[in-house]
Amino acid sequence: MLKSIGAAIVAMTLLSTATVVRAADFQPALIFDMGGKFDASFNEAAYHGAEKFKQDTGISYLEFEITNESQREQALSRMARRGANIVVMAGFSFATPLETLADQYPDTKFVIIDAVVDKPNVESIVFKEQEGSFLVGMAAALASKTGTTGFVGGMDIPLIRNFQVGYEEGVHYVKPDDKVLVNYAGDTAAAWSDPAKGNELAISQFDRGADVVYHAAGATGRGVLQAAADRGKLGIGVDSNQNGLYPGHVLTSMVKRVDVAVYEAFKEAQGDGWKPGTRVLGLREDGVGYAVDDHNASILTTDMRQKLEAAKAEIIAGKIVVKGYQPN
Amino acid sequence: MDYFDQSVFLAASTIRLATPLVLAALAGLFAERSGVVDIGLEGKMLAAAFAAAALTAISGSHLLGLAGAIVTSMMLALVHGYATITHRGDQVVSGMAINITVAGLGPTLAEAWFGQAGRISLPPGRGRFMPIELPFAAGVRDIPIVGLVYTDIISGQNLLTYIAVLTIPLAVWVLYCTRFGLRLRAVGENPAAVDTAGISVASLRYRALLMTGLLCGIAGAYLSIAQSEGFTRDMTAGKGYLALAALIFGKWRPVPAVLACLLFAFTDALQARLQGVSLPGIGSVPTQLVQALPYVLTIILLAGFVGRAVAPRAVGKPYVKER
Repeated sequence: MLKSIGAAIVAMTLLSTATVVRAADFQPALIFDMGGKFDASFNEAAYHGAEKFKQDTGISYLEFEITNESQREQALSRMARRGANIVVMAGFSFATPLETLADQYPDTKFVIIDAVVDKPNVESIVFKEQEGSFLVGMAAALASKTGTTGFVGGMDIPLIRNFQVGYEEGVHYVKPDDKVLVNYAGDTAAAWSDPAKGNELAISQFDRGADVVYHAAGATGRGVLQAAADRGKLGIGVDSNQNGLYPGHVLTSMVKRVDVAVYEAFKEAQGDGWKPGTRVLGLREDGVGYAVDDHNASILTTDMRQKLEAAKAEIIAGKIVVKGYQPN
Repeated sequence: MDYFDQSVFLAASTIRLATPLVLAALAGLFAERSGVVDIGLEGKMLAAAFAAAALTAISGSHLLGLAGAIVTSMMLALVHGYATITHRGDQVVSGMAINITVAGLGPTLAEAWFGQAGRISLPPGRGRFMPIELPFAAGVRDIPIVGLVYTDIISGQNLLTYIAVLTIPLAVWVLYCTRFGLRLRAVGENPAAVDTAGISVASLRYRALLMTGLLCGIAGAYLSIAQSEGFTRDMTAGKGYLALAALIFGKWRPVPAVLACLLFAFTDALQARLQGVSLPGIGSVPTQLVQALPYVLTIILLAGFVGRAVAPRAVGKPYVKER
């Protein structure tokens, strides 16, 4: 026991000196949101982007996982004080602390994903989730035999409503009379990490006749996909490619290229290409899309894929306009 | 889709959600009727959930996971006993200490052993308690009413749910029909009298806490290797406290406490189904309001219908032999 504590202290000392040395060169940092690094979804996508950067360049990054709301501001200023040149925040909830802290650290570059913060040293990256959701909505309608599909959201916020509305538009584009059941796991950040709740919500939708359920709920969504697999129905994954979680029971995944966003932000900041401002990534920029691999090749048929590709081309050409969530 | 089908599904959902609550409430019942406040139900459940997931992930056997969960939870119960019975420490403080320790230790150990950021995932679709199809379940489904009730409520639950159901009469029997039960209730009301009769107060209370540990262990295993696949940070999400509330709600008696658990589970199941549904005459109810329903209902019932709940008289007081 004592020995391992000793080892930990030595390791920590080494780590902190390493940081000091590194601070002179380039030091990127990544902060994960609630739900955790391995949520097999949003945060994990960010993690993969950072890992790829580490592999390609050999530069390691600082990281932090938020476990409660009060840590957001602390984590941000800690990273800035520890000499990170660029701090990437995965999650819209960082918008408020970033608003206040961006001015205090004018030399640090900040990148926020999923929210817009208008400061001279902040780059905001937002995705057109509604476009990707539209396509998986089409897939759901094409695969559904009952004419009812479902959506399970995590926290009930405009961002997630965007997924929901895009999905509904996609379903109705294929079958105008199909029903879409909608459930949200909660109103607080805890709604991202409650798989039991996701499980129960998905089952409630299957009971009401749905046979394909799409989730946008982080780790909570694992419960949704689990329920689909248990009951022999279909789930649709989100953010990362989740097709392999329950092969044969995940129709497809709405991938949001958070990994690419993180990777490119690090890469640009390392060179001189980094610019503040807002970047919007949609189908055209390959920022969103749907996943096809060995796990779902048999359930997402060629015929479906052709229809999705056709719709994708029309969205990019501007012939189909996906509206997304518009609060009145 | 008719209303009968929906009520059957609602009932099935209620049972799934009630299982951990019922087990935890009965666990609390044994501790509190013996005179030991156990606010540590939450922590014991969480530790059990962790142990179940960890052992199942390593060995691939959920039965081993269940055994590990029970042992872990009983160990914590003994820690609680050692602090409060042997050393007469404050029972609430000891229980709270267990909750806090486990809440931090679980994710930390998970991170250290499994490297998945405080989470333990089981290989999907394997190694957990799956729903059990009872005989004839598929065959009788078409018989009106009875068929659906049998197929969708009675059949298709997992082993731990059936154990929870069996635990209810068993707990009643132990508490009210055995010598051990009589002494246990007596030691919660008047330990001095029990002591005078030549029965050891400490040993009775320790045994009661072991029962508590056993039941919390099953409840925790249900969370991580039956209902969900794996352990996540704070996955008990206050169920231990909810079970404690149900126990008070049920005036420290097994059957009313179980009914209170069913009520909590029912409102939870109901709110999942009421979201976005438009009700006749009212229209669509906002999600936030529906999600608050379980809490609102609890307050109304507590304030209006429960009446005075009298705790076991010696609960919370460490027993000191007169010198």
